[in-house]
Amino acid sequence: MGDRHVVDDMPRIYGVLGEFPSAEHLTAAARAAYEAGYRRMDAYSPFPVEGLADALGARRSRLPLIVLIGGICGGLIGYLMQYYMVVVSYPLNIGGRPLHTWPAFIPVTFELTILGAALSAVLGMLALNGLPRPYHPLFNVPEFNLASQNRFFLCIEATDPQFDVSSASDLLGRIGSTHVQLVEY
Amino acid sequence: MSCPNKSPTLVQLAGAPRELPQFWRSLEELAGDPDFAARLAQEFPRHASVWDESVADRRRFLQLMGASLALAGAQGCSSPPPEAIMPYVRQPEGMTPGVPLHFATAMPRSDGAIGVVATSHMGRPTKVEGNSLHPASLGATDAMAQASVLTLYDPDRSQTVARLGVIATWGDLLGAIRGALASAPKGTGVHILSPPSTSPTLARQRAALIAKYPQAKWHSYEPAGRDAARSAAIAALGEDVQPVYRFEAADVVLAIDADFLCAGGGAVRYAHDFMSRRGVESEGAPNRLYAIESAYTPTGAAADHRLRLRPSGMEAFARSLASRIGVPGVDEATPTDGAYAKWLSAVASDLQAHRGRSIVVPGSHLPASVQSLVHAINDALGNVGQTVTFIAPPAGETVDGASALRELTDALNADAVNLLLILDANPVYDAPVALQFGTALRQARLAVHYGLYQDETAELCPWHIPATHYLESWSDARAYDGTAAIVQPLIAPLYEGKTVHEVLSALIDPAPMSSYDLVRATWQEAFGDDFDMRWHAALRDGVIADSQPATITPTLQPSAASGLAPSEADANSDTFELILAPDPSIGDGRCANNGWLQELPKPLTKLTWENAVLMAPADAQRLGIETDDVVRLECNGQSVTAPACIMPGHAEGCVTCYLGYGRTRAGRIGTGLGFNAYMFRPANGGYVARGAKIAKTGKRSELARTQKHHEFEGRNIIHQATVAQFAADPQSVLPAAAHHPLPSLLPDVPYDGFAWGMAIDLSKCMGCNACVIACQAENNIPIVGKEQVVLSREMHWLRLDLYYAGRPEDPEAIHQPMLCQHCEKAPCEVVCPVAATTHSDEGLNEMTYNRCIGTRYCSNNCPYKVRRFNFLQYTDEETPVLKLLRNPEVTVRSRGVMEKCTYCVQRINHARIDAKKSAVESGAPPVIADGSLETACQQACPSEAIVFGDVNDPKSRVAKLKADPRNYGVLSELGTQPRTSYLVRLRNPNPALG
Amino acid sequence: MAISVKPIAEPPAAAELHGSPGSPVLAPGHTFTSVTDQISAIVLTRGTTRGWWVGFGISLFFVNVLMVCVTYLIATGIGIWGNNIPVGWGLDILNFVWWIGIGHAGTLISAVLLLFNQSWRTSINRFAEAMTLFAVACAGLYPLLHLGRIWVFYWLLPYPNTMGLWPQFRSALVWDVFAVSTYLTVSLLFWYVGLIPDLATLRDRTQSRVGRVVYGILAMGWRGSARHWLRFDAAYLLLAGIAAPLVVSVHTVVGFDFATSIVPGWHNTIFPPYFVAGAIYSGFAMVLTLAIPLRAAYGLQDFITERHLENMAKVMLATGLMVAYGYVMEVFFGWYSANTFEQYVVENRAIGPYAPAYWALILCNVLVPQLLWIRRIRINPISLWVIAIVANIGMWLERFVIIVTSLHRDYLPSSWAMYYPTVWDWGTFVGSLGLFFFLLFLFIRFLPMISIFEMRELVHRTEEEHDG
Repeated sequence: MGDRHVVDDMPRIYGVLGEFPSAEHLTAAARAAYEAGYRRMDAYSPFPVEGLADALGARRSRLPLIVLIGGICGGLIGYLMQYYMVVVSYPLNIGGRPLHTWPAFIPVTFELTILGAALSAVLGMLALNGLPRPYHPLFNVPEFNLASQNRFFLCIEATDPQFDVSSASDLLGRIGSTHVQLVEY
Repeated sequence: MSCPNKSPTLVQLAGAPRELPQFWRSLEELAGDPDFAARLAQEFPRHASVWDESVADRRRFLQLMGASLALAGAQGCSSPPPEAIMPYVRQPEGMTPGVPLHFATAMPRSDGAIGVVATSHMGRPTKVEGNSLHPASLGATDAMAQASVLTLYDPDRSQTVARLGVIATWGDLLGAIRGALASAPKGTGVHILSPPSTSPTLARQRAALIAKYPQAKWHSYEPAGRDAARSAAIAALGEDVQPVYRFEAADVVLAIDADFLCAGGGAVRYAHDFMSRRGVESEGAPNRLYAIESAYTPTGAAADHRLRLRPSGMEAFARSLASRIGVPGVDEATPTDGAYAKWLSAVASDLQAHRGRSIVVPGSHLPASVQSLVHAINDALGNVGQTVTFIAPPAGETVDGASALRELTDALNADAVNLLLILDANPVYDAPVALQFGTALRQARLAVHYGLYQDETAELCPWHIPATHYLESWSDARAYDGTAAIVQPLIAPLYEGKTVHEVLSALIDPAPMSSYDLVRATWQEAFGDDFDMRWHAALRDGVIADSQPATITPTLQPSAASGLAPSEADANSDTFELILAPDPSIGDGRCANNGWLQELPKPLTKLTWENAVLMAPADAQRLGIETDDVVRLECNGQSVTAPACIMPGHAEGCVTCYLGYGRTRAGRIGTGLGFNAYMFRPANGGYVARGAKIAKTGKRSELARTQKHHEFEGRNIIHQATVAQFAADPQSVLPAAAHHPLPSLLPDVPYDGFAWGMAIDLSKCMGCNACVIACQAENNIPIVGKEQVVLSREMHWLRLDLYYAGRPEDPEAIHQPMLCQHCEKAPCEVVCPVAATTHSDEGLNEMTYNRCIGTRYCSNNCPYKVRRFNFLQYTDEETPVLKLLRNPEVTVRSRGVMEKCTYCVQRINHARIDAKKSAVESGAPPVIADGSLETACQQACPSEAIVFGDVNDPKSRVAKLKADPRNYGVLSELGTQPRTSYLVRLRNPNPALG
Repeated sequence: MAISVKPIAEPPAAAELHGSPGSPVLAPGHTFTSVTDQISAIVLTRGTTRGWWVGFGISLFFVNVLMVCVTYLIATGIGIWGNNIPVGWGLDILNFVWWIGIGHAGTLISAVLLLFNQSWRTSINRFAEAMTLFAVACAGLYPLLHLGRIWVFYWLLPYPNTMGLWPQFRSALVWDVFAVSTYLTVSLLFWYVGLIPDLATLRDRTQSRVGRVVYGILAMGWRGSARHWLRFDAAYLLLAGIAAPLVVSVHTVVGFDFATSIVPGWHNTIFPPYFVAGAIYSGFAMVLTLAIPLRAAYGLQDFITERHLENMAKVMLATGLMVAYGYVMEVFFGWYSANTFEQYVVENRAIGPYAPAYWALILCNVLVPQLLWIRRIRINPISLWVIAIVANIGMWLERFVIIVTSLHRDYLPSSWAMYYPTVWDWGTFVGSLGLFFFLLFLFIRFLPMISIFEMRELVHRTEEEHDG
């Protein structure tokens, strides 16, 4: 299906995709490719593989920080909202209780903390992953749909400064890829 | 609904004569056929749904809707009567919209009228209060008076003159009557049946009638009349006189099967006088009350000592007492057991120790022999002239009702009746069955029924005349003590009603007079020259100055007590004596179609909507009967199956059935409830039927009782003590905890300015229910019907809790008015998720109906369970005429919202606004004088048990009561800090019986 | 809350669950391909079985029953139910608490067991989460339906309005609104995030174009990139960490609905922890009630093994004992408080008009679970299923006893009364059951009821273990 995307009969390359039989092979290959100096590359597996991301030299995720901030904001909003509504905006004598009955405000504050944290966790994850992304060049590779089932792939991307189709393919072959192919736009 | 149906109405009305008075005839024409008109006369077209489908085609439907709209308009347009009526207290320059007017009038009753002040909103009477100038009221009322407004607006009232159930005209009727009279020179075969009436005008007209038709016969009959009292008076005192008691002057009172606190024309006044000698503020030494009775009554509940006695035992007791007192010629009946004898001697000595300061009250239904003995006893005790005085019976003439009715029946059966006029009576329903009055009535050549409803009797009379309600009528009436008052209308008749005076005038006078002129004519010579001044004064005050009859001092006949043969006691032990007493709520059946009274819990059974077979726990146990068991009651060849209700404290060997139920044509509310106990009535009108048999049927039928559990489980709800104990150590009457309420973690909220509170003196409350209906009338509280009461969803904001202490066969009954306690730390408010119930800065626990979303959490969290929830759409918002009834100052609640007592916040706001207005004028801070602001329940209470006011004002009555050592808060240990508090119930038992 | 977390964290339980020598959590001989095929086949290739249609039809019928009841309720009013004064709450709030309790196992299994790294959770978490969602959805109905004026339910939410009024934050009912809606949202997110990789799998496997489009949209273009997996794991773990205290807080707040009132029998400090324990108990009972038939119907014995059943049975036993402790404490407090009202409640429950309900509850929640001490019963699907059903009934009765017996005889004997549910009460209840199963049937038909990618991970891990 690649030809569908041919631009003035000179195919634009996304990268080179190598297929590997197992998670262990993939991890090893990723490490090797990294040592070979490749940086712009990514590995694809049907389940999270431990150490794979490190092998690719991925930095630690900033997600926890986002979640922390989200939680704190949720909590603050929760308490301040109640304080404003009960004490400032419309003070009422409710059963002879004082206006600022802080213990009664705790449950809602807690729930909103949770809500803030949860929302920021999910939205943060999606945002950092650049999802949703309905189209991606990799989907042009017929075999790639096995990435969500039982196969393991390593893709060296064309945007890598030292990228070159032949050398990249050779590398992939050398580090044990059972099948190497071009990924076109 | 209205939109699609409006146009045809207008179209059809267009063809009708223009002027409004002709309105009915035009409606008749528009409606097209008499069939429709008949239905229209019976009930409102909105009830088209209940008719057979055959007639309910579209065109008919439109006509009916048209008619109902037209009717709604008609009622909306009701105006005050054309004649000048005199406003009470406030003299208005015309009518200020939104400011209610008050008019004094009187509610006539055959046993004595009660003076009331009716509140009128823009010409609609919405509430009656007591008239403080009227001797029978002194500002208080009873439940029946409070409920009378509802009867005024009852959509089931008969609305037009009817012939064979079909709309007819007044003219047609007069034609018929005149024809009958013409054929009867001197009035032979002319009979008139009416209950005894205290109206001087009616008495005058009656005399005139007899003068014009000498042969005419006037029969007065009252189902629960005073025949026995009359014959007793004649036997013992030589003439028919009626006792008037002065309870405020009595130290010792013995009530022999007499519920003088809650029944009879003088009850409200008697309750006031009697209770003025009890409670904290009582002047003089507290009085002592002994009660002997068969069924438990409020008087028995108020008594310091109560003796259960079956009716047949009453005479023996009176006889023994008489001999102990020293009435000549009486030999003591053999005392039965020790307790009885002890009781007897204690009472006798107590009475003798208070000669001239005691009263022995007999039930006016008791056999003449007993009442004669009582006359003798009072005489021997020197009470006559002191605490017991006599007047000529206010209900003019005196005849024996039972025999009067029998004469009439005989005349009918002898086919000697040309014209029978039944004025405001319903003998077909309430005459003793033995008379077969219904069948006899068919013999009358012309029978005319006059009454508020087309009832059982109207059904058998070819002609019917709609009566006016007393709030629509000009008339006059005497109270229990003979004081006369003018009955003035607050509103022109809603329908084609006539007053009884107008009806009689049509027979007597060549040119029929209006009842206004008739009443004025009655008082013309009495008032003399300055007629207008005195007339106005009479209208304004609601009483006619010095119209009280002279007291009679009759001489006791020597044969009073001795002449009587002892009546045989009911030897047969496996049968019961069946007591037939007027229902405490709906009376003899006249009020059967009044929903407020039907749903009013009866004082000592908390039973609503029906009557039952009331029996003693011991008897029930013996027969294996429990409450709600359906039993078969057999007596004098008559039998009925009805649910039994166990009444703790009921005398053994007898059962009680309340009269007034089993109506077949009462109206939509009252028809088909309970069973008709009149069927067991002996032909002589006695109140006891002997030889009743009771058998279990095995079926069950749940009675609609508003309270099913009567022990207070030793909780901090009810506290009792004796006068002696209180005198010895005032602090001892309450547990220490009650004196020192728990400390609260919550800060005190300051309430400067007004702080409303209430104190209720349990010593004074006798459970007469006046407050309950007063609250219902004031606050637009709906009725819910029997099924909903069974599901315990009744809506009363104020209820009377009934608790029993002591042994179930002989318990003490304690009534406790329970309403919103307006807790300062209200548990209900904290749990409301939408702040629909909050606290005002005057300490009211306020309910914002519009904000309520109906979670019912507040009710769950209310320890007093005084909150009421509209589980369904209870308020009837469709019936047009009922809209006139509503108090415009109180929101009408709809389905799905919570409601509860507001301390009559609308009255508080009125008072505050007035106070502020006058404060602005004077420059002084706003002041609401203590006592000038009363809640509806407080205002209605005959015994002044309920006191409401500003607790911040140390001089206010409520503040004083709250400072009393007897003051306590129900369940105060919960830290709710209720604003409503109660005073320990003090009793004054006789040490000899201790 | 610390108290109520304990049960889950209980070392004996955890250790037991983890290193149990018993049957494995995954039958041997499975590969990535085999697990992927077997699980996705249920959705993609097997098609719709007759059994599914029958079950779906029945549940659909009861959904309609629910519709009828709700319509009549809104048209007529709360009066069609048995509620009255004093019993302002009846089956309505009862079912709310019951459902919300059931809705606890899902998130608990997914979140807490994930945190404790319990590999056996893998095959049951997915539909346990789905069950949670549907149970919470059913629960959410009742607080709305029980309102006298449901059409103004939104007054419970803090939004600026012309009245200038806000909710009353001292009321536990407002806490409820926040707790339940937060719980629903977080559970939904948790469930969906976990679904994304499997949706990708379905996208890549489905033959139908519609399926590809729908699953494709839902999968949001998931590619299984290592970097994505990194953040995915982080997010999933964080969500788990957030959800764990949430689960505890939700039923704590539900406990507050009663504990913060002054009704004797409600006003009880032990309520929050013992409500949470009860929730987990009933939740696991419901998971078993569903898992056992499903596993049989779809031949999932390889994935939901005896080990799972046994572990869940153990959790039931543990939490069941805590619930029993709660009952004992209620009685003890009643006596120890020397409070006449509390004492009367205890007495009234034991020998009052509703005593049968109380003793039935003791039978269901205290006595019957003791059978779970016996291993043969724990691993026998039939006996376990029966016990699970009994436990569900028991928890329903518990709420009945708490709500009705406390209210029907509280402070003033004058207002004591009985409460009897009407046909409309029952109709609404079975209707909500119908709704629950209706949603569940849709779920097992269109989504993988077992987390495929986690199964692959499991396969991978077991392989590693074998390689040593």
